[in-house]
Amino acid sequence: MTIIATQSLTKTYGGGVTALRELTVDVEAGVIGLVGANGAGKSTFIKIMLGLTAPTSGEVRVFGLDPVTETDQVRARVGYMPENDCLPPDVSASEFVTHLGRLSGLPRTAARERASEALRHVGLYEERYRQIGGYSTGMKQRVKLAQALVHDPDLLLLDEPTNGLDPAGRDAMLNLVHRIGTEFGISVVVCSHLLGEVERICDSLIAIEGGRLLRADRISAMTAASDILAVEVSEGTDELAEALTQLQLTVTREGRLLLVPLTAESDYDAILRAVAELDLPLHRLDQRRHRVAELFTTKETADV
Amino acid sequence: MSDAGVIHDIGYQRYEGPRLGRSAVFGAIYQHGLRASFGLGRSAKAKIFPWLVAGIVLLVAVINAAVKAQANIILFDYFSFDDTMSWLVIFFVAIVAPELVSRDMRSGVLPLYFSRPLRAFDYIGAKFVALATAVFLLLGVPQLIMFLGGAFTTDDGAKGVWNEFLDLLPGWGYSLLWAVVFASISLLIASVTGKRAFAAGGIVAFFLMTAPVVGVLSILPSSTAQHLAGLASPMSLLVGVQAWLRGRNDLDLDVGDFGVIYGIEAFCLVFAALLLLLARYRKVASL
Repeated sequence: MTIIATQSLTKTYGGGVTALRELTVDVEAGVIGLVGANGAGKSTFIKIMLGLTAPTSGEVRVFGLDPVTETDQVRARVGYMPENDCLPPDVSASEFVTHLGRLSGLPRTAARERASEALRHVGLYEERYRQIGGYSTGMKQRVKLAQALVHDPDLLLLDEPTNGLDPAGRDAMLNLVHRIGTEFGISVVVCSHLLGEVERICDSLIAIEGGRLLRADRISAMTAASDILAVEVSEGTDELAEALTQLQLTVTREGRLLLVPLTAESDYDAILRAVAELDLPLHRLDQRRHRVAELFTTKETADV
Repeated sequence: MSDAGVIHDIGYQRYEGPRLGRSAVFGAIYQHGLRASFGLGRSAKAKIFPWLVAGIVLLVAVINAAVKAQANIILFDYFSFDDTMSWLVIFFVAIVAPELVSRDMRSGVLPLYFSRPLRAFDYIGAKFVALATAVFLLLGVPQLIMFLGGAFTTDDGAKGVWNEFLDLLPGWGYSLLWAVVFASISLLIASVTGKRAFAAGGIVAFFLMTAPVVGVLSILPSSTAQHLAGLASPMSLLVGVQAWLRGRNDLDLDVGDFGVIYGIEAFCLVFAALLLLLARYRKVASL
C-alpha cells in the first residue's frame, strides 16, 4: 500500500533557497528511513507532509489526502516527533501527553488511558508522574515519541529520534521504533543523517541530497554489495594484503587498515582463514557502517 | 502456557473510539489555560502569585461588604472596585499572560500543538478566552461577595435584593470589559518573547508608562485635550467608557462629549490586539 506519494514536489523559501527540488517518490507502508545530510531537505519534506508549509509546486498525497486542503484529516492520522527540545519542564509526562492527546481530539478519559498506554509502550512507568525537567535525555526522547503515539496514528514522522542519545540509548530507541513499525502496525518514517543507524531497522530507504532524490529503494537492494570489512593486524600487513589479493579480493589500504569489499558470503571466512594461516596477530576486524555520503558517492560514480 | 502471576504484555491496542472536532480541542486548550492561570496542575510555586492577588482582592471585597453592613459606609461600589483594583489586575495579567503563551514558546512545544488538527485561531482564541475568564473571575467573584453582603443586610426585603442585583449586573459588565481589554493587550505583549520575565516586565511597563501620559495631557489648557487625555492609557480608557455609558465615574475623568470615542477606541484596541495576535501565531504555526 502506498502511504506517501509525491509528484515533482518543489519547495522554495522566500529567500530563494530551494529546499526540495522535483522530488518524485512513492513510499510503501513499513519502516522507512529518510536519510540525507543536514540541510538536505528532510525537515522541509516532513513539514509539507504535515501541512505546516505548502509546497511551491508539485503534489503530495499522504494516505491519498492532500495535506494542503485536507490538513485536519491528514494530521489526525499522523504523529510527529520533532528534532528539537519541545517539552515543558514543569509538568509530569503523564499530564503532558494526556493534554496533547486531547488536542488530537481524544475525549478526556480516552486521552488519559491512551497517554499511560503510550508511555508504557515507550518504557516509562512510575517515572511518568515526575516532572519532565528532571528527566534524562533518553527519557525525554521517549516522552516525545509517546506524544506522537498517543492518538494512535497510522503514520509516525520521527525527526532524528536518536539525537543526543548515548550508544545504548540509541539502540534502545531504534529497537523501539522497529517494534512500532513491525508489531504495532504503524508505518514509520525515520529521519537521520546516519545511514548505519536506519539501515538496521528500515524496510526501505529514501535518500535525498540538496533537495533532490538520490535513491529510493528497498534496503536489501541498496546495501547488498557495498559492505566493507576493515582488517587490522599488528604486523605483516603487507603479507596479508598479498595473500588476500591472491584470493581474488580487491584490497585497498587506508593507513594501517586493509579495506576489503565483501562480495560473497564466503569472503568473510576466507579473510579470517588467510589471517590464521599467516599466523598474524589480528587487531581489529569490523564491518564498516556506511555513512550516507560514502555510500552514495561510490554508487553515483559506479552508476555513471 | 501462562502461569498465574505473570504480567502479560497485551501489546499495542488500536484506538477505535471517537475523535472530537476542533471545538473540543478549543475547549481543551481553554480549560488547560484557565487552570494554568491559577496555577492548578502546576507546582506550588506557580500558585503563589495568582492566589496572592486573588486573596487580596477577595479580602478587600469582604472588608467592603462588612463595613457596609456594620457602619453603612460605602467604600467602593461595583465600578470603583474595579478601578481601585487596577494595579492588582495589571500584576495578575503580567504573571498569567506569560504563563499562558511565553511558556509554550520557550519550551518549544508549539510544533507539537500545530502538528495536530488545530489552527492558530483555535490556539490563541482559547488562550484569550481563558485569560479573559481568569481576569473576570478575579474581579467578578469579589463583586459577587459584595453583592451577597449587600443582599443579606438589606432592609427592603426582596426589592432591596433586586435593586442590589441591578447594581451588580453592570458592575459585572464593567469587569468583563476590563477582562477583555487587559487579556488581549497582555497576551499580545507576552507573545513577542519566550522569556517570561521580559514578558512580565513588558506588560507592567506598558500599563505603567501610559499612566503619566494621561496626567500630562489632562493638565494641558485645551479642554479638548483634557477630555481626550484618558484615551492614552488603558485604565483611564476604561474609566472613560464607564463615564460614557454610565454618565459618571469616580475618578473625576471628564470626557466631555467625547464618550463615544472612548467606546470606539476600546473596541478597536481589543480588535487590533487580537488581529495582531492571530497574525503572529499564523506565522508561528507554519514554523
